[in-house]
Amino acid sequence: MFEQLNLQVNAGDIVQIEGPNGAGKTSLLRILAGLSQPYDGEVFFSANIQEQKLEQNIHDDSELYHQNLLYLGHLAGVKGEMTAAENLTFNLALHGLNTDTVDENLNTVNLLGFEDSLASHLSAGQHRRIALARLFSSQKQVNKAKIWILDEPFTAIDKQGVANLEQLFLQHAEQGGCVVLTTHQDLTIAKENLKKITLAYRFY
Amino acid sequence: MNKASENSIEKHDSEKNTLPITIESRNKLSYRGAFNLMVKRDLTIALRHKDDILNPLLFFIIVVTLFPLGIGPEASTLSRIAPGIIWVAALLSTLLSLDRLFKADHGDGSLEQMLLSPHPVFILVLAKIVAHWLITGLPLIIVAPLLAVLLHLNEQSYGALMLTLLLGTPVLSLLGAIGVALTVGIKKGGVLLSLLVLPLYIPVLIFATSAIDTAALGLPYGGQLAIIAALFFGSLTLAPFAVGAALKVSTN
Repeated sequence: MFEQLNLQVNAGDIVQIEGPNGAGKTSLLRILAGLSQPYDGEVFFSANIQEQKLEQNIHDDSELYHQNLLYLGHLAGVKGEMTAAENLTFNLALHGLNTDTVDENLNTVNLLGFEDSLASHLSAGQHRRIALARLFSSQKQVNKAKIWILDEPFTAIDKQGVANLEQLFLQHAEQGGCVVLTTHQDLTIAKENLKKITLAYRFY
Repeated sequence: MNKASENSIEKHDSEKNTLPITIESRNKLSYRGAFNLMVKRDLTIALRHKDDILNPLLFFIIVVTLFPLGIGPEASTLSRIAPGIIWVAALLSTLLSLDRLFKADHGDGSLEQMLLSPHPVFILVLAKIVAHWLITGLPLIIVAPLLAVLLHLNEQSYGALMLTLLLGTPVLSLLGAIGVALTVGIKKGGVLLSLLVLPLYIPVLIFATSAIDTAALGLPYGGQLAIIAALFFGSLTLAPFAVGAALKVSTN
């Protein structure tokens, strides 16, 4: 799908991956997250292990990589049978994060009053917001994930929500994290903070 | 794929920070915590979705009750075939319930999140299988003696029936999980699943029914039980790894 794709993401980067439908945006993100194996090529991360900087393949120390990775795919990973608060608590606890501020974070994504509603009773946008609440709560924590890989995070989110998320991405990047995302919307993030990668079709 | 992509990177490097992103923290993780978390989640979901618990159980009861109706109420015939009927019905009802193990999680993206969690996949998989057994295997064991009465099972066989079910049903969940993990990415994997999994259930079926028959004759059935126990421990230690690997292939 890709040819000679060489990409380095630095601390403080917000990388937007663009391209027409089917160009391989989601495939690229899944390869970066380690969910799909590329036919050829490797993904490395730079780790500080015992005072030494090492370049490591993401599959060699996947435990360490996964601790520092926050991936949100097309599907939000929200269980319809559980309430909004239970979903968020589970997702945070599964990634070894503190779950004390769940209610507060649901409030940030405008789900106040819906904490105890089953996710299946909520709208598509609210469903998505439950997943996004994870970004807000992990951002505030000490042992937060540095690498955010987000596939279409703005789907079904209203304008105010998008603005809040962009603000959050900037904060995260400022604190030394990085965000790799795909979206068809134009981001309002200033150009100096944003890198763009354009994937295009090429027919033989 | 007959297409390839060009990539053009518009660089707007900010001067402040051009170092590659470096990972430093390694948190302490509790495997037991992750295990409990997963079991609790799966039980919560199952209790809110009561048909998950009730359907396989009702299926089991109905299949077993059909036999006396079809064959006739003659006690000697029924007691001869009772172990086989109960065990085959248990296999089928486990097979019926296997789908819920990973299908729903695959459908809503939680499976991806599970694979990307910092915990080893086999811990989470084992937790899901344990929850599955608690939801489907345990109720079978509880109703089995009642159905055995219906089939005039020999009085001496009840102990063997309970012990084989107790050791055997976890094996069914563990082996079935491998099949489900392999077929979870396939849209209509139901038939394929039964073709994959049912042959693997044959050893359990053979030794379990043989143990119950032997018990009916008043002979010791420790040997058969030991083999089922060996199957249980073998699959308990190996199946979670196989399931983890199969899930990675299925979500690729």
